[in-house]
Amino acid sequence: MQLSTILVVFRWISEASTVRVSYFRRVAIMFLNSQKNLIGIGLLFCSLVSIAVAPVQGQEDGAQKPAARKDAKKGNLPPQVEKIDLSMTGVWSEYQLKPSPVEDDIKWCRRVFLDVIGRIPSYEEFTEFAKDKSADKRFALVSRLLNDDRYTEEYAMHWSTIWTNTLIGRNGGMEDRSLTSRAGMQKYLRDCFARNKPYNDMVLELVTAQGTTKPGVEGFNGATNFLAMKVNEEDGTQATAAVSRIFLGLQVQCTQCHNHPFNKWKQQTFWEFNAFFRQTRALRKYVSGTRDIDHAELVNEDFAGEGNRPSQAEIYYQLRNGLTKVAYPVFIDGTEIGKSGYVSEVNRREELGKLIMQSPFLDKTIVNRMWAHFLGYGFTKPIDDLGPHNPTTQAELFDELANDFRNSSYDLKQLIVWITMSQPYQLSSRITKDNSADEPSLGESPKFTHFYSRQMSAEQLYQSLSVATQANRKGSLEEQQRRREDWMRQFIIAFGTDEGDETTTFNGSIPQGLMLFNGELIREAISLEPGSWLHSLAQNKGTPTDKVQYLFIAGLGRRPRNEELTVAQQILVARKNDVGGMLQDMWWAILNSNEFIFNH
Amino acid sequence: MWSPFSTPAGMNRRHFMSHMAGASALLGSSLSLGHSLRLHADTLKKNHKSCVLLWMGGGPSSMDIWDLKPGTDNGGPFKAISTSGDMQICEHMPLMAQQMHHMSIVRSMSTREADHNRGRYYMHTGYVPDANVDYPSYGAVLAHELMSQRSSLEIPPFVSVGGASEGPGFLGMAWAPFNVSSNGRIRNMEMKIDNERLIQRRIALETIENAFIAQKRGSVLEDHRKVLGKTFDVLTSAQMEAFNVEKEPEAAKERYGKNGFGQGCLLARRLVEAGVPFVEVDLGGWDNHQGIFRTLENDRLPVLDKAMSALVEDLAQRELLEDTAIVWMGEFARTPRINADAGRDHWARAWSVVVGGAGIKGGQAIGATNEDGTEVVGEPYSSEDLMASVCHALGVSLETQFTSKNGRPMKIANSGKIIKGLFG
Repeated sequence: MQLSTILVVFRWISEASTVRVSYFRRVAIMFLNSQKNLIGIGLLFCSLVSIAVAPVQGQEDGAQKPAARKDAKKGNLPPQVEKIDLSMTGVWSEYQLKPSPVEDDIKWCRRVFLDVIGRIPSYEEFTEFAKDKSADKRFALVSRLLNDDRYTEEYAMHWSTIWTNTLIGRNGGMEDRSLTSRAGMQKYLRDCFARNKPYNDMVLELVTAQGTTKPGVEGFNGATNFLAMKVNEEDGTQATAAVSRIFLGLQVQCTQCHNHPFNKWKQQTFWEFNAFFRQTRALRKYVSGTRDIDHAELVNEDFAGEGNRPSQAEIYYQLRNGLTKVAYPVFIDGTEIGKSGYVSEVNRREELGKLIMQSPFLDKTIVNRMWAHFLGYGFTKPIDDLGPHNPTTQAELFDELANDFRNSSYDLKQLIVWITMSQPYQLSSRITKDNSADEPSLGESPKFTHFYSRQMSAEQLYQSLSVATQANRKGSLEEQQRRREDWMRQFIIAFGTDEGDETTTFNGSIPQGLMLFNGELIREAISLEPGSWLHSLAQNKGTPTDKVQYLFIAGLGRRPRNEELTVAQQILVARKNDVGGMLQDMWWAILNSNEFIFNH
Repeated sequence: MWSPFSTPAGMNRRHFMSHMAGASALLGSSLSLGHSLRLHADTLKKNHKSCVLLWMGGGPSSMDIWDLKPGTDNGGPFKAISTSGDMQICEHMPLMAQQMHHMSIVRSMSTREADHNRGRYYMHTGYVPDANVDYPSYGAVLAHELMSQRSSLEIPPFVSVGGASEGPGFLGMAWAPFNVSSNGRIRNMEMKIDNERLIQRRIALETIENAFIAQKRGSVLEDHRKVLGKTFDVLTSAQMEAFNVEKEPEAAKERYGKNGFGQGCLLARRLVEAGVPFVEVDLGGWDNHQGIFRTLENDRLPVLDKAMSALVEDLAQRELLEDTAIVWMGEFARTPRINADAGRDHWARAWSVVVGGAGIKGGQAIGATNEDGTEVVGEPYSSEDLMASVCHALGVSLETQFTSKNGRPMKIANSGKIIKGLFG
């Protein structure tokens, strides 16, 4: 039988009815399993197209009925999932909103890949998920992404990227004469996530780290990079602000100079917290024979105090009226520690680490951060401001999840399961007339009645293209990460302050648009050079239509619509039947579409 | 019948794009072609109002530049010199001193935000950060209001040179700053395909794009389409030549200063000439917690003095200053008290900004601070008041109301009041 005939028949079957679709799929799988070695790559490719097309069909724009959800629940889901669902149901009925239907499997698959491992699924992964008929396939996919060895590296890289940006900013390590080793920070975090280190252990290590910043140097401890640039200048006020904001969700930086009416924190609290960092120094280590900084070493040294009494090492700060006040290390809950500045008597950062470990803010901050990562908004806005002045939505659920997380040994993968398997994460991003009022970008508190569409990060785009086009995959993961960092630099704009604030132009604005139109990354992704992915696709057997279908599934997880096939056909004619050129144009269009660049 | 899939050879890109309006109808796709059918830059009306914001990231020490206190404990080492206006300024601003008849100093700014992020947001929007509403910045507001006079403008109406500026808030990404580096070079402008093919790609793209928007998955997807349209404009417009600051004569480049800020100000003048309603030029490095006087004297002030004076003079010579407001400010200023590291820390309670052009009366110092520079004497002014004054100068009614997406009406400039004395 000719390949084209097979495909025509397959397509006819797949378009006929759902019964036939599943029958067809079984046949196709058998066919594939028995024949692939004999028939070769061309047939494998065509079969995959057919297999993938079938399940995607018929649900393309729609969503599954809630019944599918009940089936999925038969798996062994942790009780927190139901806890979230119950709380959500309460919110929805309270506000008289109806949730959107459950998102179709393929779209959901794309979503969970992006959120858990930082990229869209490959063609093969789409098809693997599509052909899974089990009721708990969603849970199985999340478990696979979290626990299967083939995803460990990508999982670790994704989360280390997110945490590197959180801990040292997008520009951290690239400043002039920086003491930070970005590679060192990433290495430490990759190890944490690859081993699923309990979150509290990671925080303790980051807060108390000593050692050198750069991989390969004696005494290397990558965790030191978090504080390396935050302790020497301005009496460690940046360390104060970063530790309290990132790990405790407390915004204290503006209380440094004076009390604020809306902030419970007073100036005194800021400087008492600051006192924990005053034994810490980042020592510059030079390239021998030069004044170029090679790396830094983060150390604890005896602190004499600003009054030069090491046994009572106090610090001074000034009130707005010019009066000078004294502060000793006191934790936010009022717990005092010894006042000595001798490290052998009181190791202030170690003490701080212990106090943070006991703080309920530790649990709440990470739950809020993870919730917002997956669902688009946290229980507070911004997510790292849990102060009493800032309203919390669903406070009870928030507290319970925070508490449960502590009781689950701070296992981040567990937390990911709770959230990704919960009802709000299953919902379609389509807004219905019964929940159009739920639009948090308008200033309302989020009710999570539908998934909130959001743009991919630049890193997610980069990784997604790597997978879809097999580009940028040369070298070790570490080298890939470094190349990506180089590429990322074009989007960073610094604000010109001492605090190293920055922003990104990868924010849906015109420069991003131009990059996606013309940038090197996109040129590489649509390259027709021999050996490129698109070139191979063009050279493969199969009709142009099949190849266009392949592109739509690889990029968007769905078949093309009729009008999209029509445009492809017109372009093919305009290209004088140059299939490669047509594929290039269509792939360019797919990559530039909202449907591609958004997580939805 | 003409079709985008068969184009006569020899058509140039603009000509080609202009055919597309017809083509889109043929295809039944709703191509939004931006302004490509409209007129060229050289036919723009000349009396357009514009605004150039000189943004001093980090918080400049205004009492060392515009409101000196020589001989006092807080005064620092700089001397005051006379100017062409009715005020004195820092001795290290000699060129600006000759332009002060065009500009006025508001010495009685008093604000409350002394954190960089909060201060930047507040000074750019007139609002303090709010968890529930994302307010639009100066550039977005003024571009939005002034665009109606600019039907033929294809350049993005809000350009930020060398810095990030602040976002469009609830006005949406279509009003976001177009960030370019100070040399005017824009990345990724070379498409390297012919016009015909660009159009065909655009049709394929819009086909996917529009179908997805129709699925109602959030307003961000609609914003994406608007930005796509603007991106096509940027890619194909002849007006983009305005960014080619390299083409300026050597003497002009020298006059503004051959550094990022200098060339950025020169670029701003070109953009104003091309009809861009809002240009922000960024000069960072004012967060001088240590060694402030050395940094100011040897580094920041010479750069500022040269570029700012050249911009004011150049706009005046070209008769553009009467329609162009110039605003100089940062997120706050610095403590009058000099700290132990010979620096100054953050201070928002009493400080200065500088404004001029667009009918603002020049040559005056409005308001004052007390002897040690710590407090405002007389009526204090806020970010809202400054913004209201700039809007007024540009002919934007202070009765203008925005409706944020949650339906809450908001007055432009947060109901700020016009600063007395700035207008005749």
